[in-house]
Amino acid sequence: MDPVKRVTGRMAPLDRADVDTDQIIPKQFLKRIERTGYGPFLFYDWRGGADFALDRPEHKGASVLVTGANFGCGSSREHAPWAIRDAGYRAIVAPSFADIFRANCYKTGLLAVTLPDSQVRHLIDLASEDPAARITVDLEAQEVRGEGFAYRFHIDAFARECLLGGLDEIALVERHEPSIAAYETRRAAWLPTVK
Amino acid sequence: MLTIGGGLWLYLGHKIPASALGNVGVPMAMTLAQKLWDAHVVRSAPGEPDLLYVDLHLVHEVTSPQAFEGLRLSGRRVRRPDLTLATMDHNVPTRGGARAADELSRKQMEVLAENCRREGIPLHQIGSRRQGIVHVIGPELGLTQPGMLIVCGDSHTSTHGAFGALAFGIGTSEVELVLATQCLPQTRALDLAVTVDGELPLGVTAKDVVLGLIGRTGISLGQGHLVEYRGSTIRGLSMEGRMTICNMSIEWGAKAGMVAPDDTTFAYLERRPHAPRGSSWNVAVDRWRSLATDADAVFDREIRLDAGTLEPHITWGTNPGQVAPVTGRVPEPRSDTDARALRYMDLRPGTALADIAIDRVFIGSCTNARLEDLRAAARVIAGKQVHPKVRAMVVPGSTTVKRAAEDEGLDAIFKAAGFEWRSAGCSMCLGMNPDILAPGERCASTSNRNFEGRQGAGGRTHLMSPPMAAAAAVTGHLVDVRELL
Repeated sequence: MDPVKRVTGRMAPLDRADVDTDQIIPKQFLKRIERTGYGPFLFYDWRGGADFALDRPEHKGASVLVTGANFGCGSSREHAPWAIRDAGYRAIVAPSFADIFRANCYKTGLLAVTLPDSQVRHLIDLASEDPAARITVDLEAQEVRGEGFAYRFHIDAFARECLLGGLDEIALVERHEPSIAAYETRRAAWLPTVK
Repeated sequence: MLTIGGGLWLYLGHKIPASALGNVGVPMAMTLAQKLWDAHVVRSAPGEPDLLYVDLHLVHEVTSPQAFEGLRLSGRRVRRPDLTLATMDHNVPTRGGARAADELSRKQMEVLAENCRREGIPLHQIGSRRQGIVHVIGPELGLTQPGMLIVCGDSHTSTHGAFGALAFGIGTSEVELVLATQCLPQTRALDLAVTVDGELPLGVTAKDVVLGLIGRTGISLGQGHLVEYRGSTIRGLSMEGRMTICNMSIEWGAKAGMVAPDDTTFAYLERRPHAPRGSSWNVAVDRWRSLATDADAVFDREIRLDAGTLEPHITWGTNPGQVAPVTGRVPEPRSDTDARALRYMDLRPGTALADIAIDRVFIGSCTNARLEDLRAAARVIAGKQVHPKVRAMVVPGSTTVKRAAEDEGLDAIFKAAGFEWRSAGCSMCLGMNPDILAPGERCASTSNRNFEGRQGAGGRTHLMSPPMAAAAAVTGHLVDVRELL
């Protein structure tokens, strides 16, 4: 994974709460066996709707998705962050995320950042009123900033380190092979195997 | 204590650190979740997530191909194929076998078969006698046992928590990590107790307990929490009922849901194919009994629910928290989300839920397609007919469930009533196979999600228990099953 330090760009506002992964990437697109190519299917059933802001020309090319609470609820499909990334977004700012979705974002190199409701509301309003406004989601400084504002955010320290370093998590775990092997010798003999 | 709904209380407690307890040497009281967590820590270091060991990794065709591909590209192998089990469930056709699948689905199944062959992972493929929904076959094979850590690239992995296991869904990158190392770095979550006490009224099932709970908590309160369901109502439930409740933990955002193992658990497991045998059985049961939450353990949060206040529930909206007792009416929207849901569902506030006509009935899914669920539905429809305007289907959770149901004649009851009797799979819970709703069709479903388009683009889903879905099939509209009992 490439290191991710900060994302600077325009915002696309999706002013809805509880956006589930079935909306982010509907099931008919989960049959592919590749990790890429999901961008065209992002929010497939919502696209083309009159009230769907992401379609508007002024939000094309945006790199930060700003949206409502509990974003990414529902299934564990990592295809959801893959689709968001493939569509050109590099960061998502919301008041909260579903646990599995947020973990999947980090693995995908997407910055999923939580800010309080009022600050997210400011960003959604700003994106709607001034689509050309640019913000920076700075993982190193743990700050979302734009003209006239800077909002601090908290992020899990280990996830931050992995993103900043572009670390291969499998390689990190493999470094602990002696501990893993030792644990395996301690496991009860009666625990089931699938054989 | 804080009231957040009729019969429900929320308590925000504070954990007492071990150091404050004074008596060095006296073990701190622990919750079930804490015991499960601690038993799986391979390595712990300040500022890092704990590295946890996975006892059982369940794999299916949809969320695994990219993980296996990642392994191949990095020259890695599966570390413990003996702790990894695969099945085909999400996109298998429920009639016509593999040939009935679309090309992409067939390809996905072939890729899983090839990956399993190469890595030596046992696979229950379509057409085999143990094939079924991943969360149904783990328990019925006796592979899901108390005290285990179980993961799967599927959010309903929380189902296995019903056995007193720590079980949760993971993404595809984590699937790859577990395949490679059998471990998973995890940051410790908070403890939340859901205590349900009292006797379930007539016609009220485990599904109504969890729908009623989510109706009161909303769909995100569980975020970051390991939930333990406890209390006399939970103790009185069968393993099937406990699985239904744990299954839907993710629907209110919880990381995992679990029930402490007890005699009901042990009776279910004894003599299952992979359960411990002989002297190992006694050793295992002793260990399992020690997992229960200690009497003076403290949870970070507590929720109480009085089972006696519950009625059969039905969802009216597009998330599982948009739910009401069947005796209720479509509510006035309280938010943009509600208003949007009512538009999508084509419902007007004030309409009696029991007046809503339906087109389809789906009895199936990892939430409600076990033998007990099929029996409960069959009891309602026995001797009756599916309404002429309704198309109804039963999709057993596994091939084993299907066979057992046929052995006791349930298939004959369903078929005589006009139900389609299908083969096992996830089917119309998520509509990855040919079983989908047409746009605008309305479905009474025993599944777990009523999201927009979940059962087919434009389809409208009402979640409910198997007896409630069976009753709707007979009457042609949403109905209080108690009227038919």
